[in-house]
Amino acid sequence: MSETISGRIMGFITNRFPQADISESEDIFALGYINSLFAMELVMFIEKTFAVTVPNAELHIDNFRTAKSMTGLVERLQSAAAAA
Amino acid sequence: MTDQLTLEPTARVLDRASVRAFVDEHINPYADAYDRAGAVPEELLARIGEAGLWAPFLPPGLGGSGTDMVTFGEIHEEVGRGCSSVRSLLTVHGMLSWALQRWGSAEQLERWGPSLAAGRVLGAFCLTEPQAGSDTGAITTRAVPRGGGWVLDGAKKWITGGRRADLFLVFAQGPASTVALLVPRDTPGVGISPIDDILGTRASMLAEVTFSDVRLGPDALLGPAAGFAAGMVLTGTLDIGRYSVAAGSVGIVQACLEASAAYAARRSVGGTQLRDLPLIQAKLSEMVTDVRAARLLVADAGRLKDAGDSATIMSTWVAKYFASTAAARHAAEAVQIHGANGCGPEYPVARYYRDAKVMEIIEGSNEVQRTTIAAEAYRRWAP
Repeated sequence: MSETISGRIMGFITNRFPQADISESEDIFALGYINSLFAMELVMFIEKTFAVTVPNAELHIDNFRTAKSMTGLVERLQSAAAAA
Repeated sequence: MTDQLTLEPTARVLDRASVRAFVDEHINPYADAYDRAGAVPEELLARIGEAGLWAPFLPPGLGGSGTDMVTFGEIHEEVGRGCSSVRSLLTVHGMLSWALQRWGSAEQLERWGPSLAAGRVLGAFCLTEPQAGSDTGAITTRAVPRGGGWVLDGAKKWITGGRRADLFLVFAQGPASTVALLVPRDTPGVGISPIDDILGTRASMLAEVTFSDVRLGPDALLGPAAGFAAGMVLTGTLDIGRYSVAAGSVGIVQACLEASAAYAARRSVGGTQLRDLPLIQAKLSEMVTDVRAARLLVADAGRLKDAGDSATIMSTWVAKYFASTAAARHAAEAVQIHGANGCGPEYPVARYYRDAKVMEIIEGSNEVQRTTIAAEAYRRWAP
């Protein structure tokens, strides 16, 4: 679990917010304490951990709403990079 | 967004030693004169461009040197050792350049990148307003979409380099959230009013910048116009500013140390050299210790930036808080060591003292920093 894309994203979120008890499909923005600082950290984490660049066009909230949607984003970016 | 964070660090083409030599030759001897004149001369601005110091982290393809952020911090420390006003100009120029590199479109990078790298275009950062500082939610400057572009109205205050800058990175309230706009100085409706007689960084050419029915094209928008990422442009840009101020504050402490050691070595009181007095030795030992600690904190934040590690944001808060408070404390002690001479124009420590106080306020006051650092403590150790 922890070595999967989703597991690593979940690990980052729960490490950042230990009090958060969420599932992979749960909206992290509904937790109420997500701010621009965490958003920045989240994007940096994804770019560094998965060696991808998130283009401006992909920086919309639906791509970051859940661990599952972020996993989809990473897989999409990795596929695009591999095909390039 | 570019691939800055996924690039391997490049070999250093600028290093601390070469920048230190540049500062000692071109800035240090004249910094007090800049302070009194309330401006940095054009000749120095051009020399900084020739030395490649304006935005050295920009990639060679845009005319930069592709330096890593640790080196960027070292450059700003060395320039800060010589003159906080000059370093402040580098700070805001670097903030705009970094935001462009991180968020700019290919067209924006092509249009502005090479000129920013060379210093042919100087940048400034416009966030603070007469009634809104760190409270970005209180920003009243408005950006209204119209005809595919934007119409900008409002006023920004305490804009470092505003008197001289050619390009402003303006943060305004858009329809959905804060937006970042690139505004050339010569756009109709942009007004510049110099701010004089300030406490410190007196040569940083501060200004109030007003925007009255300023019409901008769609290419003015930097980064997203809305959504959760819109605030990230501001967060990331401020992070670079804090990093620069932290590094510059280390430079102030180093300058205080060098000036105080030199003065204590040649000054006597009651037949005893200052250098032999335990109370003076105590002050110097604190300077030596704090400058090393602050330098390490800045380097740590820079290393995390180079690694693309999100922990850099909190590390930068800590570095800026520690370094700026150390600068204010040791600048006061440097004046104390110099006695009455420290209050006069013959020695630079009075300038350090005035400049250091500013470091505790800009890019997020130290009270805001302590609140943020405490929140991190609660998050990690008392969730």
